Amino acid sequence: MSTTARFPVRSRILHWLTAILVFAALLIGFAMVNSIGSYAALVALHMTIGITILVIVIVRIVNRFTAKPPNWPATIGRVEAKIISNSERLMYLLLVAQPLVGWAMVSATGRPAVVFGVPLPRIAPFSDGLYFALRQTHSVLAYLLVIVIAAHVSGVLLHTIALRDRILSRMTFGVRRGS
Amino acid sequence: MLLGIGAVGAFLAVDLGAVAYANDWIGSRFTRQSFIDLFESVSGLHPGFRRNHAKGVAVAGHFESNGDGAELSEAAVFAAGTSPVVGRFSLSGGNPVGADAPGATRGLGLAIGFPGLHQWRTAMVNLPVFPVNSPQGFFDQLLASKPDPATGKPDPAAMAKFTAAHPESVAATNIIKQHPPTPGFADSTFSSLNTFYFVSGSGARTPVRWSFVPRQAALPAAKPGRDVLFDALVRQLKSGPLRWDLHLVVGAPDDPVDPTLLWPTDRRVVNAGVLVLDSVQTEAPGNARDVNFDPLVLPDGIQPSDDPILSARSAIYAASYRARSGEPKSPSAIQVDEVAS
Repeated sequence: MSTTARFPVRSRILHWLTAILVFAALLIGFAMVNSIGSYAALVALHMTIGITILVIVIVRIVNRFTAKPPNWPATIGRVEAKIISNSERLMYLLLVAQPLVGWAMVSATGRPAVVFGVPLPRIAPFSDGLYFALRQTHSVLAYLLVIVIAAHVSGVLLHTIALRDRILSRMTFGVRRGS
Repeated sequence: MLLGIGAVGAFLAVDLGAVAYANDWIGSRFTRQSFIDLFESVSGLHPGFRRNHAKGVAVAGHFESNGDGAELSEAAVFAAGTSPVVGRFSLSGGNPVGADAPGATRGLGLAIGFPGLHQWRTAMVNLPVFPVNSPQGFFDQLLASKPDPATGKPDPAAMAKFTAAHPESVAATNIIKQHPPTPGFADSTFSSLNTFYFVSGSGARTPVRWSFVPRQAALPAAKPGRDVLFDALVRQLKSGPLRWDLHLVVGAPDDPVDPTLLWPTDRRVVNAGVLVLDSVQTEAPGNARDVNFDPLVLPDGIQPSDDPILSARSAIYAASYRARSGEPKSPSAIQVDEVAS
């Protein structure tokens, strides 16, 4: 076991792609509901990014079972390991649920979600009550994602900078010292 | 360790700061909520109803395309054939139980092809031009026309300030005055006012404005009263279908997108088919009550222009829809069963 072992390249690419798209989807989502002039363009972008994330995360879940991740550094104890693996499961769950809730919420208004200009089949019945429940859920899940991602990044930064255990380098690209 | 905590602190400050900024928690900007708040302050809060065009009745029917619109747009709705339609007639204003005023703006929302993949939604009014050409103009006009609690009328000073700042609205209001409203809903022409681009199968983009032009005269209501316009409409729909021809007005490339400006009267008109409305229902769960007639729900073959009113309408309708969908409902003013046929 090496403490500097990395994730397979495809896992690293999928991770950073997800990170960029999720940050974009969250910020666009929060901004678009206050926007007047850019509302329609931002909604179109948000729906496209959201469904793209759904596809990528499904690929990642398959990849998680077929590509073995590197071991954790020795700085991570048993309790912390439990917290990390549960929070990562929660993140996967949220990343699948959030686009599905968004898609269902648009479907419940009786119109198709549109992704890359293509209308998607509706996955929920036309119902304003169902729309409202899903719409509120979409906001709650967005804030949960913000919290879980903030915890994830904070943990990695603490380990990398305070404990100097190079945990971040498992997910980075490029040449490293000592490898 | 301190460095680590510092890094985490810096990250969280940027991350949560971005979330707060995007959420508009920092400072206050001009948002769609500003419009919702203004509608509520002008008309009062009426839970479960639209914030504007609150009073209405649901209708259904179909659109019979004659195929002539296919020259301009590849949208499936313009191929010869029939598409189902749900719609809603309405009067402007946020009061769902107010008296029908002949001069109130009449609305017709349509969802053609509802609830399919290639729907075309449109929310039209019986005006020749839109009275404002920017979201700010709409807001300022609504604010200026808010009745003064002391007099029950709009404050003349506020209106004078609005007209001084918005000459385009003065000109549009003069055009509107030259086109007085017809006696009823059934004989009203309902127009898109905003400009769209129709895209043909060969990729040609044409600016288009459309109107639904009535084929019938309006019958009078059985008796005068609060709902005189709606009663007349319901009565007429109970006695038989109502029809409007869809006129696609073909613009020239330099025709104005600004909805306060008319297009030249010599523009070619393509008659694309007939809208047949043959049933009328009290607003109820699952009918047009619950449809957001968002003018940017468009099929392939129809694209929005860069008229800023379009995105603003889409945003504000969405805010109104979200608010009312979570509120308790009360019966609509127009009860179809109570209208004498």
